[in-house]
Amino acid sequence: MAKQTPLNAAHRKLNGRMVDFAGWDMPVQYTGVEKEHEAVRTSVGLFDVSHMGEIEFKGPGALAEANRLITNDLAKAADGQAVYAGLLNEKGGFVDDVVAYRFSPEHIFICVNASNAAKDFEWMKAHAKTVKPVNRSDDFAQIAVQGPKAFALVQRLANKPLDGVGTYRFTQGQVAGVDCIISRTGYTGEDGFELYCAPGGAEALWFALLEGGKGDGCVPVGLGARDSLRTEMKYSLYGNDIDDQHTPLEAGLGWIVKWDKGDFIGKAALEAQKAQGVPRKLVGFELTEAGIPRSHYAILKDGQKVGEVTSGTMGPSIKKAVGIGYVPTALSAEGATFHVEIRGRPVGAKVVKTPFYKK
Amino acid sequence: MADYPSELKYTKDHEWAKKTGSSVVVGVTWYAQDASGALVYCELPKVGASLKAGESFGVIESTKAVSELFAPLSGKVTKINDEVVSSPSLINDDPYGKGWLIELELANAAEYDGLMDSKTYVSKLEQK
Repeated sequence: MAKQTPLNAAHRKLNGRMVDFAGWDMPVQYTGVEKEHEAVRTSVGLFDVSHMGEIEFKGPGALAEANRLITNDLAKAADGQAVYAGLLNEKGGFVDDVVAYRFSPEHIFICVNASNAAKDFEWMKAHAKTVKPVNRSDDFAQIAVQGPKAFALVQRLANKPLDGVGTYRFTQGQVAGVDCIISRTGYTGEDGFELYCAPGGAEALWFALLEGGKGDGCVPVGLGARDSLRTEMKYSLYGNDIDDQHTPLEAGLGWIVKWDKGDFIGKAALEAQKAQGVPRKLVGFELTEAGIPRSHYAILKDGQKVGEVTSGTMGPSIKKAVGIGYVPTALSAEGATFHVEIRGRPVGAKVVKTPFYKK
Repeated sequence: MADYPSELKYTKDHEWAKKTGSSVVVGVTWYAQDASGALVYCELPKVGASLKAGESFGVIESTKAVSELFAPLSGKVTKINDEVVSSPSLINDDPYGKGWLIELELANAAEYDGLMDSKTYVSKLEQK
């Protein structure tokens, strides 16, 4: 039996088409992937991301403990700031990609992928030395409010001004009378917030946002559009584009690795890979012939398999068939060409600048 | 809304077939297009291709997923609908009309009578 978020009844009421996702019963769409995608690009949409996990480090030394587990640097962040980071194994591969929130040096809150939450918690528990992590996943629901009209919508319902909350900053306050962590983050390429609240408040918050955004055309958005929105931005999805076999350097996420911050798990492996040269890179490409690339399709050069597609779609905003995949470094420069094997047929592709979607 | 015309025959793979003389027109059912969502790509065989009943003859794709098309009957492709290749949304808008996919010259006319009628197909959908 799939797990249910506190918004499960709301999804059914809104005619969500429910599917099993990472062991969770989640809406893949309500009215249609394209319509929902478009609403987020032009207005505002709501996502239930309550399946995501939350792990907390609290007490003296919390910052140092968490910082040793992740690639980005919480010491350089301010209180009230979040960082995107890799949680790596000793070989430099991703255990997960996470967003780490710094409430204070003694309180670090880490949002992790649903499919990895249990694994991440065990990993952190096994590798934490002094401050033990606490799995808070059952204590939080999470609603993402995304789109050009998201800020105004959340502000109308909030009990405090939010204009000081810049990108990757967060604050605590009430939205529609529900206590929330109000985080200016997201996974769509649009402005907006991710709101963390107690499970008991989620449904009231969800419907208050939906009602409050009615005049803007606010709609609930399922996992289908969440995937097409993030693909257009070339944001990595764990299990597709990144996993324990790939490093941040290969994934084009060198910017989340802070070399000068002291030791962290995976650092030695990354240094070795940097010294030897990164063998393959995650690129964004578009097809130059008809077809749509999909994950696991082979990437061919001169008839030989040299890589694999990790994500692909027909981008609803860009109206192009685009994909993400690993190729040998020699084929990773903008303009490089190769083929994607679609049902036994080689289809032309070329590496392009990402994000695919630009305003 | 869901619609399964009684003059058509159906398959478990959610294709429909309609006999016109010695050939049949083939498409996907209302259920198939609804389950796929808005279609953005369609790949069909070439005119002249020989298909065997049950064999894959093309795909329809939405933003999210690829769905294979399975030949309801054996025969030779005599026409394809070029319009759905350039505008796959026709399949969503009018699955039994402008969204037709291919026309087949039947290899064995008796096969047609073995397909499900609309009542049987609808009762199969209701069991889902």
